[in-house]
Amino acid sequence: MTDAKNRKNRKIATESYRQTIIRRFRKHHLAAVSLGILLVLCGAAVLAPVIAPYDPDAMVGPFASAPSREFLLGTDQIGRDVLSRLLYATRVSLLVGVMATLISTVIGVVLGLIAGYFGGVADMLIMRFTDMVMSFPYILLVLVAASIFKPGLWNIILILGFVDWPGIARLVRGNVLSLRETNFVKGNIVAGMPLRHILFSEILPNTVAPILVYATSVLAISMLDEAALSFLGMGVQPPAASLGNMLNGAQSLTILTSQPWLWIPPGLVIVVLVIAINFVGDALRDALDPNSEKR
Amino acid sequence: MMEQIPFIQVENMKKYYPVKGGIIPHTTGYIKAVDGVSFSIMRGETLGLVGESGCGKSTIGRQLVGLEEPTEGSIYYKGTNLSEMKKEERRKIRTNLQMVFQDSYSSLNPRKHIYEILAQPMLYHKVSAKDTVEKDILKLLDMVGLSKSVLGRYPHEFSGGQRQRISIAKALSLNPEFIVCDEPVSALDVSIQAQILNLLKSLQKELHLTILFVGHGLGAVNYVSDRIAVMYLGKIVEIGRAEEVFRNPVHPYTRALLEAAPVPDPEAEEKERGILQGEIGSSAAPPTGCRFHPRCPYAVERCGKEEPAMVRAADTDGTASGHYAACPRIVDK
Repeated sequence: MTDAKNRKNRKIATESYRQTIIRRFRKHHLAAVSLGILLVLCGAAVLAPVIAPYDPDAMVGPFASAPSREFLLGTDQIGRDVLSRLLYATRVSLLVGVMATLISTVIGVVLGLIAGYFGGVADMLIMRFTDMVMSFPYILLVLVAASIFKPGLWNIILILGFVDWPGIARLVRGNVLSLRETNFVKGNIVAGMPLRHILFSEILPNTVAPILVYATSVLAISMLDEAALSFLGMGVQPPAASLGNMLNGAQSLTILTSQPWLWIPPGLVIVVLVIAINFVGDALRDALDPNSEKR
Repeated sequence: MMEQIPFIQVENMKKYYPVKGGIIPHTTGYIKAVDGVSFSIMRGETLGLVGESGCGKSTIGRQLVGLEEPTEGSIYYKGTNLSEMKKEERRKIRTNLQMVFQDSYSSLNPRKHIYEILAQPMLYHKVSAKDTVEKDILKLLDMVGLSKSVLGRYPHEFSGGQRQRISIAKALSLNPEFIVCDEPVSALDVSIQAQILNLLKSLQKELHLTILFVGHGLGAVNYVSDRIAVMYLGKIVEIGRAEEVFRNPVHPYTRALLEAAPVPDPEAEEKERGILQGEIGSSAAPPTGCRFHPRCPYAVERCGKEEPAMVRAADTDGTASGHYAACPRIVDK
């Protein structure tokens, strides 16, 4: 009994940090499945030009025909292949989500680090600005921005990126505030280490886990926002396909009731993507937390 | 050689922390954590600093290593005033003054393995070159009694005592001459405490270190210290050679501290203990005169009026050991 326990302990003691994370992540079966689904969807999106049966913008078949051998998911009102459009739309949505998340993470991390570490006036200015951005009616801000700048793929990315960062900034600031007081940061100050070492080598690695977890939810949210904006006609502009503007084309009651192949697939892809991302985020949080498992 | 310059000399050090309050935040008062403290530490000496929690002993340690700046007063390093030094000079001196923290749990970065923790400062300060750093680290580990196998492991894989050894190795890695030990053993088991204390003692002899040992366990402090300073509410009330302070405590507070320490002998006769009455005063509004007088069993009227100066206390063995206490009644007794 104790022998087996010892062996197990030794195994844990010798595994690297990465192995620990992978082992803990795999305990979440839902997340593992979600990760698989995400990989498949991402693969399909990246390989869209190769695997799409038709040109997504070309009229290749009859108007609004039901799914058939020739058009696996049918065609839309002007005869474009829905499957091809769906693949390209997933590609666009993922691109928007990932890029917007990257932008907002970078802004949030930089502002959070500055506010948390230096405190004082810098902290006050940054956090009040953050509160301002947070309290602004979100969708309205995006709509206004989208109408000032010409709506388009990169504008959507930038707008979403500049709107989603306050949560990350707050999270990072809070973490930095507590990390700044820890002995290992103080010890490195006493050891005369330069500021960049303390910020980027001591403090930042200890906030990566919560940032990563938060970023997954930002990813999901920004993809939903893109869909909502495109649905409202302020996002990705036709003829380019995005999950949101594919839904936009399916607004009328007749389409909803009689041509479900036009709206079910893009809707389903959004739901599956968002749920899968959230599951993965949850599992990441558990896997990355050094305290989640006491030996 | 007799009248050498002290390694560290502190003169009238004060550290006040502003207290903010009110609807429009403004400074409403000050916490006087350290309020006019002077002492010196000679090269190769260990000074023990004892006192109740919140008496300002850790604050002194943090100021000596440069984590905080004194509000008033000066720190002399080998005879030069630290605050008058240029930034460059101070940075160089900084590596010479290192610190071991109380909580070994948080004093090592949980995301780095031991090799990184030890190697990074050494490489940055060019204490050791890239190809010799591993050898130097092994030498350090050997000094603190750890084996090579710790290098690739993370801090959470170690026990408190082992982590404290690693913290000591980290503090020693920059070849400092002076180390502040901020209650390095109070978070450890008693058996481990002895090991760490012995380690500190032998390291000090071996490397000729100068140490400020902050602690509240009288036994531990007495064991490692050459001299002891007793603090109460931001002031030093008694200072002298360790055995002198222990055997012949002069200040009533020191006496009370010593009496309160448990005797580890069940057969020992239950002696009358002068347990202190009342609470430690507020460091925002310390009592006037002698800060200890509201709790002092020997207090007379003038104790509450005039602040007592440090007076030389009589030695038991007749040698001039530099035993001082801040009690106006020493002379009377």
